Amino acid sequence: MAKPRIATTSLAGCFGCHMSVLDIDERILKLAELVDFDKSPINDIKRFSADCAVGLIEGGCCNDENVEILRAFRKRCKVLVAVGECALMGGLPAMRNGVPLKECLREAYLDGPSVVDGLIPADAELPLLLDQVYPCNEVVKIDYYLPGCPPSADLIWEALVALLTGNDADLPYELIKYD
Amino acid sequence: MTAMDTKTLAGEIKAIANTEDNRRTRLINVVRKVQLSYGHVSQEMVGMIAEALGIERVEVEGVVSFYHFLSGKPVGRFPVYLNTSAVSEMMGMSEVADAFEKAAGIRFGETSGDGLFSLQYTSCIGMNDQEPAALVGGVPFTSLTAERATEIITALKSGNTPAELVEKYGYGDGNNANELVRSMVNNNLRKRGDILFGERENGAAIRKAVAMTPDEVITEVKTSKLRGRGGAGFPTGMKWDFCRRAESEKHFVFCNADEGEPGTFTNRVMLTEIPDLVFEGMTVAGYAIGSHKGILYLREEYIYLLEYLEDVLEKRRQAGLLGKAVAGRKGFDFDIRIQPGAGAYICGEESALINSSEGKRGEPRDRPPFPVVSGYMGHPTLVNNVETLAAAARVIEQGGEWFASYGSGESSGTKLLSISGDCQKPGVYELPMGMTVRVALQVVGAQDAAAVQVGGPSGTFIGEEHFDRKICYDDLGTGGAMMVFGPRRDILETVLNFARFFEDESCGWCVPCRVGTGLMHAKIKKIMAGNGTRTDLEEMESWGRSIAAASRCGLGQSAANPELTTLANFRKVYEERIKEDEYLTGFDLERAVEDACEATGRTAIHE
Amino acid sequence: MMTSEKITFYIDEIECTATQGQSILEAADENGVYIPRLCHQPDLLPGGSCRVCTVSANGRNQAACTTPVANDMIIENGSEEILDLRRAVIEMLFIEGNHYCPMCERSGNCELQAIAYRLKILAPRFPFMFPSRKLDATHPGIFIDGNRCIQCGRCVRAAQQIDKKPILGFIGRGGAVRIKASSTEGLKGVDISPDDACVKACPVGAIIVKDTAYRKPIGERMFDKQPIGSEIEARRTS
Repeated sequence: MAKPRIATTSLAGCFGCHMSVLDIDERILKLAELVDFDKSPINDIKRFSADCAVGLIEGGCCNDENVEILRAFRKRCKVLVAVGECALMGGLPAMRNGVPLKECLREAYLDGPSVVDGLIPADAELPLLLDQVYPCNEVVKIDYYLPGCPPSADLIWEALVALLTGNDADLPYELIKYD
Repeated sequence: MTAMDTKTLAGEIKAIANTEDNRRTRLINVVRKVQLSYGHVSQEMVGMIAEALGIERVEVEGVVSFYHFLSGKPVGRFPVYLNTSAVSEMMGMSEVADAFEKAAGIRFGETSGDGLFSLQYTSCIGMNDQEPAALVGGVPFTSLTAERATEIITALKSGNTPAELVEKYGYGDGNNANELVRSMVNNNLRKRGDILFGERENGAAIRKAVAMTPDEVITEVKTSKLRGRGGAGFPTGMKWDFCRRAESEKHFVFCNADEGEPGTFTNRVMLTEIPDLVFEGMTVAGYAIGSHKGILYLREEYIYLLEYLEDVLEKRRQAGLLGKAVAGRKGFDFDIRIQPGAGAYICGEESALINSSEGKRGEPRDRPPFPVVSGYMGHPTLVNNVETLAAAARVIEQGGEWFASYGSGESSGTKLLSISGDCQKPGVYELPMGMTVRVALQVVGAQDAAAVQVGGPSGTFIGEEHFDRKICYDDLGTGGAMMVFGPRRDILETVLNFARFFEDESCGWCVPCRVGTGLMHAKIKKIMAGNGTRTDLEEMESWGRSIAAASRCGLGQSAANPELTTLANFRKVYEERIKEDEYLTGFDLERAVEDACEATGRTAIHE
Repeated sequence: MMTSEKITFYIDEIECTATQGQSILEAADENGVYIPRLCHQPDLLPGGSCRVCTVSANGRNQAACTTPVANDMIIENGSEEILDLRRAVIEMLFIEGNHYCPMCERSGNCELQAIAYRLKILAPRFPFMFPSRKLDATHPGIFIDGNRCIQCGRCVRAAQQIDKKPILGFIGRGGAVRIKASSTEGLKGVDISPDDACVKACPVGAIIVKDTAYRKPIGERMFDKQPIGSEIEARRTS
């Protein structure tokens, strides 16, 4: 039987959650026995090669590229897991949500105290920023949530094993943390 | 307004506070007077009021920011408050709103540069039988049209007063033409029943009461099986009894005339046509519970009746029906004062009403203790609805058994209904308790009704299959409101209106109501925008039940009723609106990048 | 009033005793049964605003902090229905404000977060509101971050009832309710110090004393290992 495939991505995140995936240490060998990794920064595969069983999403959506990737993940993955505070609720990038985008841009690129010869970047290659940072479930359906900044390796491990084996996850008190 | 130097202003504010004896408990009165004099209560004035009353400024600011008709920013010399009730919307509110905006040259939420006008929306002002209606400079203007709205603004601009305009448009029926009222409001009192509008003589109930012992009076009320007319239906005699038995040096009687439930306007008509009966009921209640002071809490929207009501009170004093030794009964001194509200639906809740009367934010209190044990200033306090008190007076005058011979079963007497919406004869009807919705619809000329809303937003929405249900405590309870919807109305528009109403009117004290009302409002908007799914309907039901189960007072406990009762009785309407998608967020990428495109001069290219 | 009379009541089938006049919450505490709460603080009059302590008392939902316990009262504290109601209320608080736990000074010592942990909330069921809230950083030693305020009013009551100076109050209505210092200058303009009860009363990271944050490493903070309420439950097992 072919092994289930996993894809991962980091949208408006810091890759901290991916570091936490790596933090499962030697269990990564066991994970490699259980699954094949598809599109993911861990193996640097850029494109989906097949439909996946599980997609792990780090980060929320702050630009149109994030939205497109997230939508692609929704299409290709049977189960989507929002991993970490940013995917769950926007996290640190969402701190700009109280300030209108134009004001953010003005402050960052024109009026900020350290700006010299300011200019708002408008290169066509750059992703377009969204009016605010959106939690993943405001863009697509999310099936499971793993909180934390980052979620601990143990939480990620427990949740993944539960998902892949079809059992209920055993999440002791120490594992559920938002920081 | 010209700039005024601080010293003069401070002196004036001090003088205003003085008219209320610098009492902290009269904070609402002081702030209202300041609002009326200066068009707002500025930060500077907040400080001056706090100093005059010897309280912290945050207490003053807390009150100013709580009530609709108080404002930290200047309103116009003629502030326009347009009623946003569901029936107002049905009768053409948006065209009237557009006309006001065009004529005044400002948008809703703004004040004109010349300081003449400000436009604001407000919750139901109790005129659902003559919508659209607005308060302009404190004066009600009813049955508005776009032309009329334009005319009003133009006339006020050219120096007319609201009173002159009302005179031109003609006074309403009954006592609306009284020289102390002079209002264009119509009573539309279409059915006078025996109980509230029967033949009577002023003072008869009081004279009869004072010839009895207080216990006998209470027994008579119990015999009548009279229950609270505000909607909850607590047995009135029992409430009086509880209050009488609560030991204290003082007891208080409150008449709750804060009918804010959209679609309810029975108090308006009773206070215009039979205020004596209401005051008589308060006096009888005062005698029964051993009180010397009654307080009528009059909602700001009905303040146009204040002068008239004060005059009625004065005449009653002269007739010996108020004051020292009422009706000649030595030892029974009783007087009534009128406490104006300042615009807040929640103040219809009895403990919120008491807080408001003590000059505080109109937040409900925790119960127990119940007001009958510890209410106004910590004393046992009886709070009854206007109609309840009027009915109680008749009970004493004619006997409990007479009263109980009307109505049916545990719902004795008559009920005053204010019926509005899609019917030929909107207005006020005194009908026997226990009558079916179908009969009521016939009476008002609404045979083609598709849906009826009984009890206002916090009540129940029913369809044709439920029209044989009865209006009484055991079936469809109502404080008076009944709104009729014809076959072409969109029920969800009304649900949306009600959801916004609850979000606007939540006092914010408890979490489920404060947050939940906003969540429900957002959900119904999502569905109406075409982004609803079956999951949204399920969530709406489950969230609605949680809000009801966890909220502190009746507002939160019934705030999800519009959604819950329509999901139960009009599910098809929702199902036609939702999409058979598994999940829809309503996220719109094109809209989300609009700001970025504007800021960078780029165009979005998405597949 | 007979205040010393002992009564018996039941919480999730545990027989408990109480003194007449106690609230359900106080009585449960004494019997070593923890009922989650946010706006309640033992040395303050109850506020009844957060509704987290909602229990089913003789079949009716009541806030345990404001409802007096009665003889033979049957209370549900741990039923799935009550737990779900509490989760809903806690989740509402998370989405109503801007609670960025990863960068909050109070994280690990925050009661809102701790109750969410105890109830095993992974993510709120409601959409985030991302409100615009204000920060009052006018005072040299203390600040109020409105983003994290849950409007529980503990600071307002502590200022009135313990500090005896009503320098904090509520303004606004509905979703716009906020805590405010009683001065045009903000916190700077009122008589407040880090030792005041009103400062210490904050269960979340809304009122913070400057230069005191992040003193304890992760793992040693109040609720890192021990669920909130453990100290109350310890009374029962001991």
